[in-house]
Amino acid sequence: MLNYLWGGMMVLGCLAAFWQGKPELIIKASLDGAKLAVDTAFSLISIITFWLGIMKIMEETGVVAKLAHALAPLIRWLFPEVPPGHPAEGAILLNLSANILGLGNAATPFGLKAMEELSHLNPQKDTASRAMCTFLALNTSAITLLPTTIIGLRQNFGSKNPTDIIIPTFLATLLGFSAALIADYLFKKSRW
Amino acid sequence: MFLTLGNWILPVILFFIVFYGMLKRVKVYETFLDGARDGFNTAVRTIPYLVGMIVAINIFFESGAIKVLALGLEPLFSKLGIPVEVLPHALLRPLSGGAALGVAAKLMRQYGPDSLIGRLVSTMQGSSDTTFYVLALYFGSIGVKKFRYAPYIGLIADFTTFLAAVYIVKVFFGYR
Repeated sequence: MLNYLWGGMMVLGCLAAFWQGKPELIIKASLDGAKLAVDTAFSLISIITFWLGIMKIMEETGVVAKLAHALAPLIRWLFPEVPPGHPAEGAILLNLSANILGLGNAATPFGLKAMEELSHLNPQKDTASRAMCTFLALNTSAITLLPTTIIGLRQNFGSKNPTDIIIPTFLATLLGFSAALIADYLFKKSRW
Repeated sequence: MFLTLGNWILPVILFFIVFYGMLKRVKVYETFLDGARDGFNTAVRTIPYLVGMIVAINIFFESGAIKVLALGLEPLFSKLGIPVEVLPHALLRPLSGGAALGVAAKLMRQYGPDSLIGRLVSTMQGSSDTTFYVLALYFGSIGVKKFRYAPYIGLIADFTTFLAAVYIVKVFFGYR
């Protein structure tokens, strides 16, 4: 699917630029995109390094293990492939907690750590495992309690009540989250 | 109140982690270094995946191909009673967080944050995620090339969230 999507965006984009007689757009857009991607990766270095350091302290104090223990039934249910007590549990839980609280830049390092741990359990390294698909389903549709960025933006534009979208946002995200879980369950059952 | 709360969460969490670590006599600095060591490699491993994804998205947008797609979808939107103004945001959201936020800001400046469009775009921005960026980043960090059904789940979630946002905002704020 990704091959078609990627190829489709590239080919249709080129055609659109040619049709307008502006082929120069394509190389500029490519190099701008590449630069943005590398900048993004480099800005991640600082965030990942910092938060994974902090996460190690949490692990050493036993906080992560306690959290994982408390939510073990949930993990068992969602990730039957992950053996009890595996380090992936803690990273998954920290990632979801950070997502729910809207702490975007702390959520990513925990998520990458979770992926790394799930990768140790994956026999086919270049193919996503079921646990990874479930984790991404949870992650990309994670319930948001505090959409802080958008509230800040609303305040900047002079909203009378910047936080009045919290409940609608929560309900919409809850429905999306349920849809993701149901879709994940059905895909898993279909032995895709 | 929520804004100040948002500012406090991370610093307070950070304080408790380090403070509790010291109480438990963990060698906090050495432990921090242990955990931090892999940050560089993880981030660098994602570069080819992010370049691939962001370049394709950028070409698709900058060339105007996205406008053709939006034009094609407009009749469907008006038929479903969805304001067509939010269409660019709905298309951008799974692909690029920054671009979607830019559209949200533009719509709020134009129509006001407390209009139907302003509230709808706020809800859309808050309730969904940059699915393709997350896929490229997370799978890229461990070298997974075959995503299997993960992109479909992401798109199903995005689409559900979008339709839910339209319906909920209309009902919640009493728009017809």
